[in-house]
Amino acid sequence: MKTSDQTLRRLYKVLSVLILILLAFLFIFPLYWIVTGAFKPATDIYAMKPVWWPSEFTGENFVKLLNKRSAPLFQLAIPFSAQFSGTGEPVYFLTGPTVPAAFRWLINTVFMAVTAMILTCITASMAGYALAKKRFRGRGILFSLIICAMALPKQVILIPLLKEMSALGMMNTLWAVIFPTVGWPFGVFLMKQFSESIPGEILEAARVDGSSEIRTFATIVVPMVKPGIGALAIFTFINSWNDYFLQLIMLTSGANYTMPLGVATLQAETSVDMGLLMAGASLAALPIIIVFLIFQKYFTQGITMGAVKG
Amino acid sequence: MANKASKPTMSRALQRREDVAGYLFMLPSLIFFLGFVVIPMFICIGYSLTDATMHQKAATAFVGFSNFGKLLGDEVFLEALKNTFIIVIVSVPAVAAFSLWVSSAIYKLKGPVLSAFRCIFYLPVVTGSVAVTVVWKWMFDNYTGIINTVLSGAGLIEKNINFLGDSRYALWCIILILFTTSVGQPIVLYVSALGNVDQSLVEAAQVDGATNFQVFWKIKWPQMMPTTLYILVITTINSFQCFALIQLLTQGGSGTNTVMYYIYYTAFKLTEQAGHFGYANAMGVVLAVFIAILSAVQFKLAKEK
Repeated sequence: MKTSDQTLRRLYKVLSVLILILLAFLFIFPLYWIVTGAFKPATDIYAMKPVWWPSEFTGENFVKLLNKRSAPLFQLAIPFSAQFSGTGEPVYFLTGPTVPAAFRWLINTVFMAVTAMILTCITASMAGYALAKKRFRGRGILFSLIICAMALPKQVILIPLLKEMSALGMMNTLWAVIFPTVGWPFGVFLMKQFSESIPGEILEAARVDGSSEIRTFATIVVPMVKPGIGALAIFTFINSWNDYFLQLIMLTSGANYTMPLGVATLQAETSVDMGLLMAGASLAALPIIIVFLIFQKYFTQGITMGAVKG
Repeated sequence: MANKASKPTMSRALQRREDVAGYLFMLPSLIFFLGFVVIPMFICIGYSLTDATMHQKAATAFVGFSNFGKLLGDEVFLEALKNTFIIVIVSVPAVAAFSLWVSSAIYKLKGPVLSAFRCIFYLPVVTGSVAVTVVWKWMFDNYTGIINTVLSGAGLIEKNINFLGDSRYALWCIILILFTTSVGQPIVLYVSALGNVDQSLVEAAQVDGATNFQVFWKIKWPQMMPTTLYILVITTINSFQCFALIQLLTQGGSGTNTVMYYIYYTAFKLTEQAGHFGYANAMGVVLAVFIAILSAVQFKLAKEK
């Protein structure tokens, strides 16, 4: 009786490991298919039998992707100039050389994700600290508002957001994508969770020593919530990079596209050239996956902390 | 709010100091939060009561709740609502059950193996909806898709299946893709929740002769209830908002229209009618109300357990 029970348990264990490994392969497969597809020649792409490994590695898909469209490498506009220029187009005081649009898209995406990340980390760590440690009046109401907003479907507000952005003259700029990302209250909530653990005595001691509020924040609070800031940074970076709907609504001209939006547009234009699309998809996905793999320790921690008392 | 009375010791000057410092620290965040989340929320509600269009040529008129009344008779909307509910009802329990099973199978593994599995299940999330969708579109393709070529190569199907163009399959394909991009976060959460289960209780139960199954349901499961609740709520919200998959794969065709896609379609694609902002926002309000109700129900059920 005892031994059969044990063999049954062992059998279950072996079986579950086998299933897990199979599942792991299935979950990796789409990514594998993107990367190998990007290097496959057309004969492999359109083969009627599955071609598991490229018969030869070719760069032609990437060449096609780069030749598809072109755009200036960068354009620096005078802030709010679109409202005064008469044409509705902003006034550029510096325009870079013309390059394949994919380069520009990559630059746009990195700029967007990094700026959103930095702004979110600064504002959220300050606000999270205030909510956790400052007993100011109205704190309860503010916190309830933040929780309610977090439960709100984010995409529902995007269409009114579009009206607001066009009224502010920020339509079709990367700021229209960055600012709503920074405003999303998850970061504040996460940083409040991390700031709760700062001992009040340390803050009290700093105050007795005559340390200013800003100094206390910079020299005591920030070092203590560093893991939280790390988690939030990586979280914001990935979310901003992949927030396709927001980018789709706000960015309307090819030069301002992000990498995901650019790939989506190519898909709509040439939905049959799979090699080209896989080249684009790998450029959209690989940078973010590398960032994720480097910082995944922080990431796991952040997801877990964000859910505590969620 | 309620704890005002519990801080009677704070002097007036000190309270003032805390107020000033608190609001100064909140200020940068509040500008973005109020400006780009709270204000649009009110604009959304406001517009839902008007006949606003994207290109504001004609004056916008207040129309009361007539947008909402119109929704009830809009067959496309009702169809989209039905599809959205199918997605939610299928994917939420599937995601929760699957991630619970995977987590309980991997949480005792050694550090590097555990994080490798966690990463793998998280990969589709990181890859991003556009790249994931583009590759799945190819995999489901009628002629060169790997799924069709493998199935016909193995002799399982006689004729290639047009997965995304056939209303018998399309919605299920969408649900499958949504599923692969939804389980990453729940698995991370369940793994850490299982690791945090009070070990002394587990050992005590084992000493008393409880089976693994009993230990799981009577001891681990109740302790993981908050995590489960959180997972149910975020998965519900995500499933309700399913958009990129629809827009890139089927454009709402073959019986896959969802509320979120219909909102987008109404606001941007109905160009001959100049984009019905008011109507689209009314749908947004309805969607938000549904999500709020479902989240509240889940909270209530979890509390009773």
